[in-house]
Amino acid sequence: MNMIQAINSAMEVVMARDPNVIVMGEDVGYFGGVFRATAGLQEKFGKTRVFDTPITECGIIGVAVGMGAYGLRPVPEIQFADYIYPALDQLVSEAARLRYRSAGEFTSPITVRSPFGGGIFGGQTHSQSPEGIFTHVSGIKTVIPSTPYDAKGLLIAAIEDNDPTLFFEPKRIYNGPFDGHWDRPSQNWSKHPAGEVPTGYYKIELGKAKIVRAGDALTILAYGTMVHVCMAVVTESGVDAEIIDLRTLVPLDIETVEASVKKTGRCMIVHEATRTGGFGAELSALVQERCFYHLEAPIERVTGFDTPYPHSLEWAYFPGPVRIGEALKKVMRT
Amino acid sequence: MASDSPRANLKPLSLYVPEPKFRPGDTVDFTEVTIPAAGSVRRPDIADPADSFIDLAYELVRVLDHESQAVGPWNPRLSPDTLRAMLRSMALVRAFDERMFRAQRQGKTSFYMKCTGEEAVAVSAAFALDYEDMCFPSYRQQGLLIARGWSLVDMMNQIYSNRGDRLQGKQLPIMYSVKEAGFFSISGNLATQYPQAVGWAMASAAKGDTRIAATWCGEGSTAEGDFHSACTFASVYRAPVIFNVVNNQWAISSFSGFAGAESTTFAARAVGYGIAGLRVDGNDALAVYAATAWAAERARTNQGPTLIEHFTYRAEGHSTSDDPGQYRSEGEPTAWPLGDPVKRLKDHLIAIGEWDEERHAAQDKELAEQVKASQKEAEQNGILGHGLHQPLDTLFDGVFEEMPWHLREQQAQMLAEETASGRPWARKK
Repeated sequence: MNMIQAINSAMEVVMARDPNVIVMGEDVGYFGGVFRATAGLQEKFGKTRVFDTPITECGIIGVAVGMGAYGLRPVPEIQFADYIYPALDQLVSEAARLRYRSAGEFTSPITVRSPFGGGIFGGQTHSQSPEGIFTHVSGIKTVIPSTPYDAKGLLIAAIEDNDPTLFFEPKRIYNGPFDGHWDRPSQNWSKHPAGEVPTGYYKIELGKAKIVRAGDALTILAYGTMVHVCMAVVTESGVDAEIIDLRTLVPLDIETVEASVKKTGRCMIVHEATRTGGFGAELSALVQERCFYHLEAPIERVTGFDTPYPHSLEWAYFPGPVRIGEALKKVMRT
Repeated sequence: MASDSPRANLKPLSLYVPEPKFRPGDTVDFTEVTIPAAGSVRRPDIADPADSFIDLAYELVRVLDHESQAVGPWNPRLSPDTLRAMLRSMALVRAFDERMFRAQRQGKTSFYMKCTGEEAVAVSAAFALDYEDMCFPSYRQQGLLIARGWSLVDMMNQIYSNRGDRLQGKQLPIMYSVKEAGFFSISGNLATQYPQAVGWAMASAAKGDTRIAATWCGEGSTAEGDFHSACTFASVYRAPVIFNVVNNQWAISSFSGFAGAESTTFAARAVGYGIAGLRVDGNDALAVYAATAWAAERARTNQGPTLIEHFTYRAEGHSTSDDPGQYRSEGEPTAWPLGDPVKRLKDHLIAIGEWDEERHAAQDKELAEQVKASQKEAEQNGILGHGLHQPLDTLFDGVFEEMPWHLREQQAQMLAEETASGRPWARKK
């Protein structure tokens, strides 16, 4: 399976098990979503469980919150993460706080799916990585898969979780893993072990990172598409780096991160989102707080720039093998 | 500027900024407010299509006439017992407001909001809805809880954020949440409850339930995007929901003109969405009841949503933090041409021989005593001014279902610092 099929399979499996799971969003019904992630679901589960919505993100999330309060488990789709901002208030002030403000009387068990990140020439409005905005908010979980296998297991866990969860799907690797630049086409998931996805039910616990590559020289923290780019860079560089796929940003698997950095003594953080106040800043602070006496070099961040996503210069913005490779050399030199 | 010299044959544009008719010191004259005679507005069948009664979005449904008689097709023909129960609830809301307003002034809590003059909006709706229907209120519908017979002590505990507060001191006073009584957690961000009510109603419909949802917002917050998202969703899926717009003329100090009142009515918002729209006299308890019951029947029979504008007046300040004397004429509340909802219902009951001034005065006294006794009981659990009612560690409860490591760590740090400071803050047992 590719990642889209795995995501589709996750929804199908959960919907078959739990009649309270419903899927909604722009174009998700008859058509099956602009990325085909919900294809076939309406046919299988009917129009009252899988349906198109008006183009109003604040409405989609607000309605989902109400459905969650009723007792359903809505899985709303925001077509591109760039369009999540009109729904920001419903996510931040409502979904994220409902349990707290009502002392558990009402909860918001919603899972918002949204494709995010660059690498498809989507320009400013189809490429952003807004995860840092939400990791700053108390009461909401943020999950980002990097493989089809993880995508299915994590999405099932997110839908069954009783807290509101943002599930950001790295759309550059929907169809296959990618090693990081415009002249390096993504490969087919069918040739990748993580493309082996069971058709049945399984889940991957939220808040558990995965060591993608074990190593002793350096710890690389990444998620989504960047896991694959880092893998390619490390393979080419010959550096014995440990690559950690965070998978869940909130709650973060701090134990795995801390143990790795204490072992390697070096840390590099890679994400596509803009740099200032990004999730990399939080990771950097955590590593510094917990591993300061183990560090042999300053923590290095490779991120998108503090600019909007530039359409024609997309590959300069996207952290590719050259930028990551240079940063790697810098950390290793010290 | 496109050009340094204006084109000679065009007059310069000018920006219109609305201004209320009366400011402090002005004499109030409400003769321009159009008030149709009670009983003059037609009552469509609930199965009639919404576009066949667009006129009702511009009219004013009224039942109680100048002689305090109930007249016309919207007369809900309620029994004297029901009318007396409604009057009692409305009077209780007023007594509760009076007492809690004073409690705030005495420093027993940080904040309070009265609904004086708007009691009928919530109380009549509560009587017209089923107890099982879910209400998504704004902050001035305490009457829903009171009419549903909810415990005053419980409400006061919330206002005081004391040991008995079901919300563990996590919400502003009056931001109640009572799932058991069909009262959704109130948000301070305006109109966010609108799409949520639609979602709840859609879920109920999708599950083949029989319950419906109702929601309330002020006329000012109809300007919020959430309001329009909710109307679109409700229209598209014919959600079994009732939208209530409480047009009380003032959004803090901004008069209704800043929400678009000079151009049209708020009920007319429904027309563009193909939703049933009704404009009712919000100070007429019978009109509010009749409109709500009609809308509820529409919703319950899959005829879809209804938007009801309750034309009323906010007789007091926006909240205890507001001084309406700074921005509106003192004469407005008493000059309001639709009168006082409590008095109007009382006068009706007297006019039909089912009530009298003596009983009313005795009831007021009894209700004041009931509120006072409840207050005493609630204050046994503490008042906000004396703080520290919640165990310190509960600060971190309920952010997530299970507490993740970063919150456990912050909690442990807070408790350690607190222990070191020697301050006597209670912990969970």
